Amino acid sequence: MTNKLKNAFLKTADVLVENKDYLTELDSAIGDGDHGINMARGFTKLAEKLSNNSYNSNSELFKTVAMTLISSVGGASGPLYGTAFLNISKVITDQKAELDNLIAIGEEAVAGVQKRGRAEAGEKTMLDTLIPAVDSLKESHQQGLDMQTALVNCQAAAKLGMKNTIEMQATKGRASYLGERSIGHQDPGATSSYLIIKTFIDQFA
Amino acid sequence: MVSILIISHSEKIALGTKELAEQMKQAELDIKAVGGTSDGSLGTDTEEIEAALQQIDKSEGVIVLADLGSAVMSFEMIYESLEPDIQAKIKLANAPLVEGAILATVESSLGKNMTEILATIEKKSIIEKNNL
Repeated sequence: MTNKLKNAFLKTADVLVENKDYLTELDSAIGDGDHGINMARGFTKLAEKLSNNSYNSNSELFKTVAMTLISSVGGASGPLYGTAFLNISKVITDQKAELDNLIAIGEEAVAGVQKRGRAEAGEKTMLDTLIPAVDSLKESHQQGLDMQTALVNCQAAAKLGMKNTIEMQATKGRASYLGERSIGHQDPGATSSYLIIKTFIDQFA
Repeated sequence: MVSILIISHSEKIALGTKELAEQMKQAELDIKAVGGTSDGSLGTDTEEIEAALQQIDKSEGVIVLADLGSAVMSFEMIYESLEPDIQAKIKLANAPLVEGAILATVESSLGKNMTEILATIEKKSIIEKNNL
C-alpha cells in the first residue's frame, strides 16, 4: 500500500507540473502569481526524494511528504499542505483503509489547514475544496455506500467546491487584499487541492 | 540585548529593513534577516528560518517581525518544532515589519526587555504617518 501511495504522490507531481501555468494564471488574477511555480517546485523536489527512497510505512511516507513540501514550496501552500500531510501521518495506519478511516484522515487534513491558515469554509481557500470532499465521504458513509461510489462522489464534491470559489469573496490570504474584485475568479489553492484529490482518487477508484 | 529576527518574502526587503534598523541602534545587538526562497525567488525558506533561529542570540529573548502569510506560517511551523524552553524565549510581534524592526532595535539597544519592547511596537500608533 505504501508503494501505491508513493506512486500516487509521483503522479500528483506530474499533474501539478502539467498544471503549473494554469495555477499561476489563476493566482495572477487574484494573488501574487506564484502558486503554480511554488507547487511545481515543491512537488518536483518531492518526486526526486520519493524516487530515491523507499518507505516502510504510510506514516513515514506522509511525514516525508510533509517535511519536503514545507521546506521547498516557498509560499503559504508549503506550510498549509505540509501541516495537512503531517497531520495525516499521525493518524494513517498500514491497515486497508475503510471509509471511516478515510474520513478520519480527511478530517485531520482539514484541521491542519484550518489551524495553519486560521480559515473557515467560504473564505475562497483550499478549504472550500477540502471540506466538501470530506463532507461527501461522511454522507456516503451514512448512506452505507461502498468505497468506490464514495470515492467517485468525493471527487465530484471536491470539483463542485472548487467551482464554487468563483463566486466567493476572498477574506484570507493575498487575494483578500482585492476585496470584491476577487469575486469571479476561481481560487488557485482550491484548484490545486482539487487536482491532488482528483489524482489520488483516479489512482484508487 | 533582545535580538531581532526579520522575515520577509523578499530578500531585499529583509536586508533593507535590517540596514535601516542597524542605522538606529544605540548598542550592539543581534539582528538577523531572512527572505526569499533558496533559488532566489520571492517566498520563504523554512530551513533558512530554522538556521537563523538556531544561530541568533537567545539569551535575552528574540522578537520576530514577519511580513505576509507564508513568512508567518513558515515561522510558526519552525517555532512549533522547538523545545518549550526555547519557545518561551521567542515571540512573533503583531507589528508592521519595517516600523516594528526599527523601533524594536532602538528599544532593545536602550536595554529594554521583551515585554517592554513588544508593548511599544504592538501599539497601533506605530503606523501613524502624520505625527512627524
